[in-house]
Amino acid sequence: MADVAIERGGGDGADLPETSTGLSHTKLAMWVFLGSECMLFGALITTYVLYRGRSVAPPYPADIFDIPYTSVSSFVLLASSLTMVLALSAAQQRDEGRMRLWLLTTALLGMTFVGGQVYEFTSFYKEGLHLDTNLFGTTFYVLTGFHGVHVTVGVLMLLSLFGMSFARRLPDDPSFPIEMVGLYWHFVDIVWIVIFTVVYLIPTPSPGGPGGP
Amino acid sequence: MALEERQGVAAADVHASAGAHGAGHPSPKEYIRIGLILFVLTALEITASYTHVSGGILIPTLFVLAVVKFALVVLWFMHLKFDDRRYARFFVMGLAGASILYLIVLITFKVFL
Repeated sequence: MADVAIERGGGDGADLPETSTGLSHTKLAMWVFLGSECMLFGALITTYVLYRGRSVAPPYPADIFDIPYTSVSSFVLLASSLTMVLALSAAQQRDEGRMRLWLLTTALLGMTFVGGQVYEFTSFYKEGLHLDTNLFGTTFYVLTGFHGVHVTVGVLMLLSLFGMSFARRLPDDPSFPIEMVGLYWHFVDIVWIVIFTVVYLIPTPSPGGPGGP
Repeated sequence: MALEERQGVAAADVHASAGAHGAGHPSPKEYIRIGLILFVLTALEITASYTHVSGGILIPTLFVLAVVKFALVVLWFMHLKFDDRRYARFFVMGLAGASILYLIVLITFKVFL
């Protein structure tokens, strides 16, 4: 037999399969995936910045952005990151009740964020900003829409974990699957941190003004 | 060292590290403290955006606040500060690759915020 040291998956629990690296392959794959997601969102954010302030037809960002409303959404998503780690902490302590409570809270906060985004998109649409109205509309909807889809997928994963815990489909130590979903969830949060700053908080040059068309 | 013995050591390492996995992560109190810091930083960002300072001061301030928030979430909530550094390398590769590539694109088109 080959003289190779084999360890279990990186200290992520004794139930994990053995790996030659000592790292959990699932967790490693998740980090590689998140690294690739940086490329995806980097492209979308860069495209938004490239065309920022170059729209020649209204509405412009300053006409339609509601910063207080979006700020509340940002706080909601940040709060969901906190409840996610509290769910993980409860899972590590094998406190099933608190784990379910925090998972459900995280999912509800995620749904609140997505609901807020749907409302925002609807009101922007009514104010005349469509996907093909101007460069701002195109880049804004594609960037924030992609992020919203990611949050929706995260909510579905959280609800699946919540349902699986009731159906006894989670392992005895449920911390590993919760940590994996948590990594994804925190990633959508850090992407929003960047989007919130670049898209909403940094003032866009007005047309004809400095930096404008 | 015999294979069985080494596997025993490896398994012991795993159990030690599995124990440290939960124990090495922050406590709920620390998570809440980090969460509060994130809330305060977000409030500062929003306040800064309402102040009538020039873009030369406002934009770097907003970027610094965003970078600090980003780092707090990645290091504490995603546990990169506590986990094996090899996980971090894969994420940093993607993040650094994206940052360098898109910075080159923005510089090429002379786009500065």
